[in-house]
Amino acid sequence: MGGRILVALTALALTAATPVRAVERVDPQAEFKAFRGYFQQHFPKVPLEDFANGPYAMDQDMRKQWEDIEQFPPYEFALEDGKQLFATPFKNGKTYADCFPNGGVGIRQTYPYFDTKAGEVVTLELALNRCRAANGEKPLSYVGPEMAALTATMAYTSRGKPFDIKIPDDPRALAAYEDGEKYFYTRRGQLNFSCASCHVQSAGERIRAEVLAPALGILAAMPIYRSEWGSMGTISRRFTSCNSQVRATPLEPQDALYRDVEYFLSYMSNGLPIAGPGARP
Amino acid sequence: MRARIAILALAALALCAVTPASAAADAAAFKAAYAAAVAANREAGALKDQWTTTSAALKEAEQAASAGKYDEAVRLAQQAEALAKASIVQAKEQDQAWRAAVIH
Repeated sequence: MGGRILVALTALALTAATPVRAVERVDPQAEFKAFRGYFQQHFPKVPLEDFANGPYAMDQDMRKQWEDIEQFPPYEFALEDGKQLFATPFKNGKTYADCFPNGGVGIRQTYPYFDTKAGEVVTLELALNRCRAANGEKPLSYVGPEMAALTATMAYTSRGKPFDIKIPDDPRALAAYEDGEKYFYTRRGQLNFSCASCHVQSAGERIRAEVLAPALGILAAMPIYRSEWGSMGTISRRFTSCNSQVRATPLEPQDALYRDVEYFLSYMSNGLPIAGPGARP
Repeated sequence: MRARIAILALAALALCAVTPASAAADAAAFKAAYAAAVAANREAGALKDQWTTTSAALKEAEQAASAGKYDEAVRLAQQAEALAKASIVQAKEQDQAWRAAVIH
């Protein structure tokens, strides 16, 4: 009898310790289908894989612009720089290739991934800096040209490979997914905009002279050369500048929440081809 | 909806300058107004929802105080506090409201 009470009390204690979020468990697979379906319904003429091309997929005129840009792509210099940086040995003689599976070639589509040992999302940018740290090198700026060049080169070797983001059977991975989802849909800044305000609810619409990219496939072409910036930009740069544009103070680049957003958005783009580096207006 | 109206109202208040700064504003008045604004902005930071306009107003308030323009400094600090409070309202409302925007 006493044993039964003990078991009941233990069960109660375990229930009490379970976070509230467990009750409202998200279903990433169902959300993935709904997310993709939303964009396919709104843009029935855009072939699925073309969502990787962002605003350039939206209509014939934009597509023509993109095809012209691809003749002499503005990211070409970054690609060359990235190739050189990637191959240049660290002071200890090792290179970036030593830190990644398959020597870092053709692996972009598997980032970000959830590291079950560390219990966190690891993006390609974070992995590159951790590789540097492991080899006694100082970290690169997450919003600087070197990081953009390195990720451009790695994306280029992965072009056409479909996003393959996994959510392992680990409650922490699901929590990271949901935190990213929450950040994506949460209105913030004095302008009271969420990421979704532009890239879901207004995707394909114009904001001044620009066409807002759909959230589906939005990271497939990263890093990007933006004409507005006049330079290359990483995913970190894109996230921080989006926040600033709505008058929200950006988080630190590669803050856990930004990594979670990248995890959520990349999972939503599973199956779409890597198209990076890209060019955008 | 009510929370959104509250955000807009607070932001509007901030822009109109909440309380006219006293003609006799001095360093002590500025310090108090500034401390209140910083505390509110810190709370917004804990909710991961600070606004760039809040930090800009705080910076301008500091500059005005350094130049001895305490009326202006107090007005800007009060504006910063109102903006920070609006961002707190926004963060608290969005803590659950975001779910309504999810694609299902």
